[in-house]
Amino acid sequence: MMLFETTHLTYRYDRLTAIEDLSISIAEGSRVALVGANGSGKSTLLRILDGLYFGQQGTVRFRGEELSEDRFGDDEFAFSFRRQVGLVFQNPEVQLFSPTVFDEVAFGPLQLRWPKSEVRKRVGETLERFGIAHLKDRVPHRLSGGEQKRVALASVLVLNPAVLLLDEPTAALDPRSQSQVIDLLVEWGGGAKSVITATHHLGDLADIADRCLVLDGGRVVAEGPPAEILRDAELLERTNLVHAHRHRHRSGELHSHPHVHSGEAEPGD
Amino acid sequence: MKLSARHGRGAFVPRTIEALYQAMERALDAEHSAASSGLLQRLDARVKVSGLFALILATALATRLWVIAAIFALAALLAALSRISIRLLASRVWIPALAFTGAIAVPALFLTPGDGLYRVPGLNWTVTAQGLTTAGYLLLRVETAATLALLLVVTTPWMQVLKALRVFRIPVVFVAILGMTSRYILLLLETAHEMFESRKSRSVGALHGAERRQMAVASAGVLLSRTFQLSGDVYLAMQARGFRGEVYLLDDFAMKRLDWLALAGFAALAAAAVWAGR
Repeated sequence: MMLFETTHLTYRYDRLTAIEDLSISIAEGSRVALVGANGSGKSTLLRILDGLYFGQQGTVRFRGEELSEDRFGDDEFAFSFRRQVGLVFQNPEVQLFSPTVFDEVAFGPLQLRWPKSEVRKRVGETLERFGIAHLKDRVPHRLSGGEQKRVALASVLVLNPAVLLLDEPTAALDPRSQSQVIDLLVEWGGGAKSVITATHHLGDLADIADRCLVLDGGRVVAEGPPAEILRDAELLERTNLVHAHRHRHRSGELHSHPHVHSGEAEPGD
Repeated sequence: MKLSARHGRGAFVPRTIEALYQAMERALDAEHSAASSGLLQRLDARVKVSGLFALILATALATRLWVIAAIFALAALLAALSRISIRLLASRVWIPALAFTGAIAVPALFLTPGDGLYRVPGLNWTVTAQGLTTAGYLLLRVETAATLALLLVVTTPWMQVLKALRVFRIPVVFVAILGMTSRYILLLLETAHEMFESRKSRSVGALHGAERRQMAVASAGVLLSRTFQLSGDVYLAMQARGFRGEVYLLDDFAMKRLDWLALAGFAALAAAAVWAGR
């Protein structure tokens, strides 16, 4: 049985189609990257997989069970799903709304009705694990970007979800914070967890995914292992994941080739 | 067109946003003074909220000037023990309260009937003893209550103050909404502040009245749209972590010996002030 399965899924924002006739399958325990430029439909797809948005056409199944608004009306199903699937939003501003870092990390477990003693214990452990125990009494939105991202990750991973959905986990972070976040994810994903990451940072792909789905205009235009996708210069250029870098050689000849900014080997080189 | 990098006199909206932003930031960001190791900073937020509120109540109930003056002196002592500078108290409370309350209290000097103390030359207005006492009560009450309130705000992070409101049996959902509201008002003010800074960095000279109004309306539209988007996203982020319409919070306050002593001290002082000030 597949972890997620979408069949002819379409999602529109008024007149804008974000996801179009999408049929994909994601297996249990896999690490998948949804790769695409801005506006390709990655974030929308993650929200659909998390049962926050529901497509106008087609179906989405989670471990064989259809995700629909009606289904989420049932408390038992909703709690069971939320215990299994966690989503880290791209913008920590929307996810950090509690008075203190401790309260922020405790929010999820409390809503899922964990006993308070268990909440205190697990939150304390999670803060230690993420190296943010010293921030526990701070106001989350007063932290640096890297610290905010770690708090956002901790606030979801405290639930120990079997499936983790990540929306641009390293966006707007300095290189050191990016590396810390990737290390945390690699360490967390070491067990039999499923991780689905939306990203356009090609440099992170090899670390966070075994399989890539390249999205463009709400459709999957290619899929394969990261190395294979990164080798396809024409695909990356067509989907706006790289841009042409032009320079003039001493001979006067104008030369152009695809150019990537994330530190990975340049495709086509 | 005037070549000026400044907003000009009529830039009412940006200046208001700037002032609101700074005021909100000051109110919400008491982390620095709240993190120092003064007396009040070491106390549980619930003790401070209930103790200082009891003293404010005693100030309001007292009908003897010396009792209110004693509570004021106590507030000043608490400030000194909590390493709150006199300069901060003067600039944030004493001078503004004197200016605003003074404007209200001055007419009472002349309008309250009683024994004449002093006649203003040329105006034929008489300051009465009863008028002076009334104005003194008003000024001292306001200064004392405002000083006690400021002590709470600068020695306790704002979010802890909100959480401490739970001691008054205020419903958890109300406290949670209040906290989120203040947090997102700050975020929207930050956004508005950045919008105006960005416009300022790309413009030279002052705008005319109509252009300024047009810009203010356009900015309000963008902010409104961002507010809707933000509120929708925050709701989704809450849902994603299991929120189903009811809020559950941890009341993780822990009373220590010092807190119990302080609570007893506040209660005794407030009771004594009410008794002496009858």
